[in-house]
Amino acid sequence: MGKIEWAMWANEQALAAGLIYATGGIVGVAGQFRGWQFAAFGIAAGVFVCLLEYPRSKRGKGTSVERTGQYCFTVCVNAFGPLTRNYYVRAFLHAALCVPGGFMLATVLGCVCLGIASLIYLSAAIHGEHWEPILPRTEPPKRVGDSIKEPPQNPPPRPPPELRRKKADKLETAAYDNPMSVTVNE
Amino acid sequence: MGNWIINHGLSAFILVVWMGINIFLFVYYYLFYDQGPQFEYTRELLGSALPWARAPAAVLNFNCMLILLPVCRNLLSLLRGSFICCGRTMRKQLDKNLTFHKLVAYMIALMTAVHTVAHLLNAEWYTNSFQGQYGPLAGNLSMLDDSSELKTTYLNPVRSNSTTPTLLVFTTIAGLTGVVITLALILMITSSMEVIRRSYYEVFWYTHHLFIIFFAGLVFHGAGRIVRSQQVTDPPHNTSFCEDQPENWGKKPECPIPQFAGGFPQTWMWVIGPMIIYLCERLLRFIRYMQPVSYRKIVIRPSKVLELQLVKPGFKMAVGQYVFLNCPAISQLEWHPFTMTSAPEEDFFSVHIRSVGDWTEDLIKMVENLPEGGQGPKMAVDGPFGTASEDVFDYEVSMLVGAGIGVTPFASILKSIWYKFKDSDPKLRTKRIYFYWLCRETYAFEWFADLLQVLEKEMEERGMRDFLTYKLYLTGWDQSHVNHAMVHFDKDTDIITGLKQKTSYGRPNWDKEFEQVRQENPSSVVGTFLCGPQALAKDLEKKCVKYSDVDPRKTKFYFNKENF
Repeated sequence: MGKIEWAMWANEQALAAGLIYATGGIVGVAGQFRGWQFAAFGIAAGVFVCLLEYPRSKRGKGTSVERTGQYCFTVCVNAFGPLTRNYYVRAFLHAALCVPGGFMLATVLGCVCLGIASLIYLSAAIHGEHWEPILPRTEPPKRVGDSIKEPPQNPPPRPPPELRRKKADKLETAAYDNPMSVTVNE
Repeated sequence: MGNWIINHGLSAFILVVWMGINIFLFVYYYLFYDQGPQFEYTRELLGSALPWARAPAAVLNFNCMLILLPVCRNLLSLLRGSFICCGRTMRKQLDKNLTFHKLVAYMIALMTAVHTVAHLLNAEWYTNSFQGQYGPLAGNLSMLDDSSELKTTYLNPVRSNSTTPTLLVFTTIAGLTGVVITLALILMITSSMEVIRRSYYEVFWYTHHLFIIFFAGLVFHGAGRIVRSQQVTDPPHNTSFCEDQPENWGKKPECPIPQFAGGFPQTWMWVIGPMIIYLCERLLRFIRYMQPVSYRKIVIRPSKVLELQLVKPGFKMAVGQYVFLNCPAISQLEWHPFTMTSAPEEDFFSVHIRSVGDWTEDLIKMVENLPEGGQGPKMAVDGPFGTASEDVFDYEVSMLVGAGIGVTPFASILKSIWYKFKDSDPKLRTKRIYFYWLCRETYAFEWFADLLQVLEKEMEERGMRDFLTYKLYLTGWDQSHVNHAMVHFDKDTDIITGLKQKTSYGRPNWDKEFEQVRQENPSSVVGTFLCGPQALAKDLEKKCVKYSDVDPRKTKFYFNKENF
């Protein structure tokens, strides 16, 4: 698996984990389970993780595919600078967020999934990956050089006149006029 | 509307049948557990969370049975071969096997979610029942213990005050296997997202093998028999009379102590068949892996394309089929698909491999370092597997569209045409072929241009210029191409390919092309075959629908897509 960018998979896993964490939390709170406080935390953590993970990073190699409507999220996440660009921070953050989920059944699955995502992010960080925002490229329009406005100063290079002259009998097929007049037996 | 029915009717029908079965199973089992008298007391503890858990379980059984079948490619080849009598529409459905696999996977994911949420509620409510939070009836039911002296059987799996829902889940077979297989499922799904699959195939392939854990856990998931139903006792327990007086159970003749027993696990009955079929499929791949394959010729083509000509005893192919190659020196476990570029009439089979990822790059590097005339690395071949291009000769008129390296199946077809022509094969039903090749760069043309040149000459010699009409489109043109073309516009042959047919620049105008085909073939059935990007597939599919006519006297277009 030489060229794998672990962060890509970690991102998918973390997004899924966030959703599962939040869903488990909702069930825990709505059903008024024992330990519902952990479930409430699960909802908050799950939503936060989803928001953090929604914008995909730019790939190191190859074309990056954006998620629909991720531009605003990209801008927000990018605003935090090294906190969000560094994957060690993310790995640690996910590991910390997932721990409270282990205390209640409804959020246990979210906890484990987020934990796995944290491990994959750790692997990504060890491989030196980091998060890059996908921003629309503003290329300057192709400018034609100014020199095109000036007429050429010199004629195009041509071989010396002696070599250029056409034989008299081929005058009709010649593409240009002779620089020197020619007669048949020159 | 009629055009849509022709092109998508059978697929839609199969989907409706599948969805119908799902809905039926869901509703039937929901009602079974919601209204069945044997679950009256269980429902006392769990409410409607019981049927909400059991109904998706039934749907899951059905779909877990189905999910293995579309990926048994040898089975599908067998079916495709035996459907020769049933027409091409039936066989085309088998091309969509991966789409169906994904659809079933989505249903499994959805039902797992519903099932898990319902069981979260169940675990919580069982625990609460035991702790007496739901009244005397629930409390008494929960107090029933598995005891031979008292002659009682338990109903509530929670047996002690210190059991929490988490403990309940992790100490029962059902709970533990449930968590493990759900985790496996989540990992499988996240690594199968399109982004991961297209760019990092190995992650997808290896992680997907978690399905072994999934099925193992699934089979044992019901072994604990945790869903308990009421058994008929002698004398019978009159539920409606007795439920208000649980303290009198065993004391009144109408109310003997109710007995409960766990349900017999059924999942294995659903999945054992496909599991065996899939096992046979993998065994077959292993057998093919052991069979010897030798190299006839190795050619390194321009733009990092590798041509391998291989010979395998007993190997028979048809046009446009593909094989899976495995090179143990690069990776023991990976099998990668490649379309064959040789015709069945030749005594070898060839593949053209482009450098796209780890495996292909390693192979090309290995081959580049070989001594002159040496045998290549040991290669195992599984296949051949049939795809849509087998049907090319069944249509009177065929439109073949290949984008970039997607032209490979058509190389096989065109070579086969050439051979059939030479032998005047009467099996050739095709009267006309339109071939469109879309390519971004010029230098990828070379290995294919040779073939086209030969065909061009052959057709002219036999005076059959109309048989094959081919158009080449250079989609990645820029100013230098334009300049070059302007300077050489009066040359007889094309400046890029050296063929008589001129290369066009930019993308084809499909409306014009379809219109031309329709005009030149007024009452024919036209098969459109594409090997290329998804966007183009959507485009062509729409055009096929647009230009088809239900009227049998007019032209009909059928769309077929290669997929890997």
